[in-house]
Amino acid sequence: MSTVSKKKLLTGPILQNALKESFIKLNPVTLIKNPVMFVVELGTFIVLLMILAPGYFNARDTVGFNITVFFILLFTVLFANFAEALAEGRGKAQADTLKKTKQEISANKLTAGTVKIVPSSELKKGDVVIVSQGELIPGDGEVIEGLASVDESAITGESAPVIKEAGGDFNSVTGGTRVVSDEIKVRITSDPGESFLDRMISLVEGAKRQKTPNEIALNTLLISLTIIFMIVVVTLRPIAAYLEIELDIPVLIALLVCLIPTTIGGLLSAIGIAGMDRVTQFNVLAMSGKAVEAAGDINTMILDKTGTITFGNRMASELIPASRESTEELAVWAAVSSVKDETPEGRSVIELVKRLGYSYAPGLEADGAFIEFRAETRMSGMDLSDGRKVRKGAVDSIKRWVTSQGGLIPDNLEQGAGSIAGKGGTPLAVAVDNRIYGLIYLKDTVKPGMKERFDELRKMGIKTIMCTGDNPLTAATIAAEAGVDGFIAESTPEDKIEVIRREQREGKLVAMTGDGTNDAPALAQADVGLAMNSGTSAAKEAANMVDLDSDPSKIIEVVSIGKQLLMTRGALTTFSIANDIAKYFAIIPAMFTLAIPEMKVLNIMGLGSPSSAILSALVFNAVIIPLLIPLAMKGVSYKPMSSIKLLRQNIVIYGLGGVLVPFIGIKLIDLLVSIWI
Amino acid sequence: MGILQIVIVIAILVLLVKPAGSYLYHVFSNEPNRTDRIFGGLERGIFRLGGLSKREDMSWKRYAVSFLTTNIVLVAFGYLILRLQGALPLNPGGIGKMEQTLAFNTVISFITNTNLQHYSGETGVSYFSQMAVMTMLMFTSAAGGFSVAVAFVRGITGRKSLGNFFEDFVKAHTRVFIPLALLVTLLLIGLQVPQTLKPTLEVTTLEGQTQQIAVGPVASLESIKHIGTNGGGFFGANSAHPFENPSPLTNVIEILSMWLLPASLPYMYGRFARNKRQGWMIFSAMMTLFVLLLGLNFYAESQGNPAINAMGIDASQGSMEGKEVRFGIAQSALFTTVTTAATTGSVNNMHDTLTPLGEITPLALMMLNNVFGGKGVGLINMLMYAILGVFLCGLMVGRTPEFLGRKIEAREMKLIAIAILIHPLIILVPTAGAFLTDLGQGSISNPGFHGLTQVLYEYTSSAANNGSGFEGLADNTSFWNMTTGVVMLLGRYVSIIAMLAVAGSMIRKKAVPETIGTFRTDNGLFTGILIGTVLIIGALTFLPVIVLGPVAEYLTLR
Repeated sequence: MSTVSKKKLLTGPILQNALKESFIKLNPVTLIKNPVMFVVELGTFIVLLMILAPGYFNARDTVGFNITVFFILLFTVLFANFAEALAEGRGKAQADTLKKTKQEISANKLTAGTVKIVPSSELKKGDVVIVSQGELIPGDGEVIEGLASVDESAITGESAPVIKEAGGDFNSVTGGTRVVSDEIKVRITSDPGESFLDRMISLVEGAKRQKTPNEIALNTLLISLTIIFMIVVVTLRPIAAYLEIELDIPVLIALLVCLIPTTIGGLLSAIGIAGMDRVTQFNVLAMSGKAVEAAGDINTMILDKTGTITFGNRMASELIPASRESTEELAVWAAVSSVKDETPEGRSVIELVKRLGYSYAPGLEADGAFIEFRAETRMSGMDLSDGRKVRKGAVDSIKRWVTSQGGLIPDNLEQGAGSIAGKGGTPLAVAVDNRIYGLIYLKDTVKPGMKERFDELRKMGIKTIMCTGDNPLTAATIAAEAGVDGFIAESTPEDKIEVIRREQREGKLVAMTGDGTNDAPALAQADVGLAMNSGTSAAKEAANMVDLDSDPSKIIEVVSIGKQLLMTRGALTTFSIANDIAKYFAIIPAMFTLAIPEMKVLNIMGLGSPSSAILSALVFNAVIIPLLIPLAMKGVSYKPMSSIKLLRQNIVIYGLGGVLVPFIGIKLIDLLVSIWI
Repeated sequence: MGILQIVIVIAILVLLVKPAGSYLYHVFSNEPNRTDRIFGGLERGIFRLGGLSKREDMSWKRYAVSFLTTNIVLVAFGYLILRLQGALPLNPGGIGKMEQTLAFNTVISFITNTNLQHYSGETGVSYFSQMAVMTMLMFTSAAGGFSVAVAFVRGITGRKSLGNFFEDFVKAHTRVFIPLALLVTLLLIGLQVPQTLKPTLEVTTLEGQTQQIAVGPVASLESIKHIGTNGGGFFGANSAHPFENPSPLTNVIEILSMWLLPASLPYMYGRFARNKRQGWMIFSAMMTLFVLLLGLNFYAESQGNPAINAMGIDASQGSMEGKEVRFGIAQSALFTTVTTAATTGSVNNMHDTLTPLGEITPLALMMLNNVFGGKGVGLINMLMYAILGVFLCGLMVGRTPEFLGRKIEAREMKLIAIAILIHPLIILVPTAGAFLTDLGQGSISNPGFHGLTQVLYEYTSSAANNGSGFEGLADNTSFWNMTTGVVMLLGRYVSIIAMLAVAGSMIRKKAVPETIGTFRTDNGLFTGILIGTVLIIGALTFLPVIVLGPVAEYLTLR
């Protein structure tokens, strides 16, 4: 990724803006969307009234205490607002840069054979425009004529231009990107306001952010916990009154605020926004938070072989000399035949020879004439200046070529070629004039690290299925080498849909990547469909995520991000709820010790005084929110492992930690607070 | 010695769990099995009489409506009989009609399986009422709760449907409660519990005075009272009365009869889930909480009452105030713990005279209402906490939480939210309300911390449909009859309907196959999470009132 610069967590302007937003978000009309924090604000307001009219509330003696409580409560809400604003800030900053891209562009609209200049905002679906070198493409569309290189850095951050041409899978262009060479005719495919850029802006801005199903479920739980504790606190006053213990309202509000899950309540939306943002920072555009969450739940992943698992080009991986020939000799001639061959196969031969440590006399190929590969001959090579002809090519063609010059076929050639083909590779024979030196084993090379990635996926409980157009033999070899769990050979797009449906019938969630128009139905059928930005607009429409870098293997990271998002939410919820134990032990004795002196044995933390205990618990409750913002933004660390290990680890950190940390924190704060009280 | 008695009873229970649980599974799995030959004919007759020859599968709504309608009919029937009992047969004592609010409270108390008794059996109800209302409702309320639990289990384990309420209801009677009740009745009669329709005996004492000794059909009521985890005693003194519970042996039989079915349900659930470990994990969580709270009560009672100890009275026997000498501390502590865990509510010692720390045990068990619990409701509640625990911690494995392969989503959480909200609501709000009114405060016999516990106990017992009385509270007044009546109704039906809806929504979901990335609910770690969830969400809610009641009483008494 070339856009590392924009990934900085905090910048001055974002921070400033977040500070400002924290106060704007105090508006109860908007805050009511977060019921937990709304309750805190309500409590803050009541305490404020008691400060302003102490006579009415009979609270003259406790004004100082009340003012302190008021400020701590106010800061609790502000901290939560700040977390949310901060998470939104990064998206907003990114949206701003995108908006700059979306300035008014004038388009050369083609109507009835004449070109008319119109503003891009007037372009409708189906209009045809001409875009020349140096101009911005006025809207999303498909190239219907011509070929051009296009700079898409405004969207992808990738500075190298990409080729777009009519027909095929590379015909889609995005509005706001610049044509750097040649001229193309584009048919517009989106109406104003619905372009990819528009959608992208609204996504990163979070304007359309809807709560995900899991967030709604969690919110329900948080609201019911809040109501439960409201019942506890409201009923406590009359019950205590029966014992002639008068509980002050600010103390009860403090108890309530400490007990309701403010930590997770304050950070919940920040976690969601930051999770989406991590996907965006990763140059993947998720159409909804739901899609990111679904990624965490994936059971099966369907991956194209070419480009995802393998490099997509066959590479030389082995040299097999013919009988009575040495490997060294073979290496020399293989290298000579390929030295001017600019195809990936040719370059891989040179690399292999170098890797194996062979060299050939330099100058041997000098002044030689390069013979290009042709479909009729199925050979390429070099005619050396000394008259010798070096060739490499399909085994049959080389055999015919050598026999025609009166040469002999080495007895192990057939067998060698057969065994390479048997392993799913392609054999290339190397010959000089009438003498065959041996074979080059070309094989589809699995990208480094893929095997480990699939192992990780397996540890997460995700099954991988490879799709390839290769024959079953080749497919099986690659599948075994890459370590995928299953494969479909000679697959058609219909096969993919069938596999997705089959897995879904078993209740599994399926992810897949694709770029071609014929992938669109499968992308739509899959629970998580990741389309390549280089792909057709049909594929992008059907998918619920678009990878701007067009790197299909990224789906694996997206799954990790989805899991991390859910884990962060779970970890902070557990932490928040586990905190209640310590808070009870701080506040309950403090509330009752004045009336029932024996209660002081419950003060197991040895807190200074009742009021310092209540304030310490309240302060802890407030400051834990900003302290956890980095965790909420970055997500809890996640290494793929089995769920049992993962759970045990997280329970210890966030569950047990959630029980213990506040005991320590409250005690420390109390030591500080006691200096004043 | 005391501990040994407790250990033996627990060991017998654990040994019985597997056979009893398997039996229950066969009864309710609706797959043909050997017991059909014994009960099939009788059931077919009943079904034909009731026009139920088809017995279609029910949606959760139909199941709930069938359950409720049956209950409404039974309530109307019971109320009429109590109001008319004076004119009805089998009334040798000539007992008159029951007062309106008391009849309201009593009928609700029995239909909800609470058996909170604001009347006294000896003087308040006729034999006919004892049999046609009390004993009959003891069967139906237990069978009804059982049916709902089975339907819930079918739902969350993804059976093909929730089943048919009437079929479950009939089978619970014919195959579980009636045979067991017969067995236990005979055992109790053999152990000298009275079973007669003769009127109260009038005897002349050695001093020459006459004494009235109440008798009646005690053994039959006693058996279903425990098997159905009902708890309403034939006599006011309940199982502390020597005719209801004459010896330590009958005491153990009564403990086991109220404990066995609730304790077997987790195993039955494991069979339904096709994973017996699931069942054992739920059982272990229940047993762990049970042993902890039993330990607290046993310890506190063994220590004796500090106030009495301070007077120099020998406390080596422990605090025997309100306890029967024939049971001693161990059998009383075990009875108290089982009766409140299994929400039976019968008592063999007076809970009002428990030591302050000992009071926490019955209170906490009723507040949790999921440690074994009565007639299926306990299992439902525990599974609800299991779903809650999965929801909280399941996220930490990076997947949308799923329970038994089914995703827990917003709809389930909303329904569970209702169920977890209702319990603190109907305990704390009426308790606070009682303290705000003279009607409530006036009934307290021991003001102060203990008085607070008296009121709290009354509503907790009603909300948990337990029915044990803390006594000491003058509770037969319109205020208490009406408020506890409403609390019992809400405590029974709100969570049952909500949880049936959860089952209805879970059964529609497609199960996600289990992988290595799935959150497992059949290992020790999950048991730990479950206990943690129960303690943090279920118990912490009540900590402030527990501190003001029993804990404050303990601290000031030391």
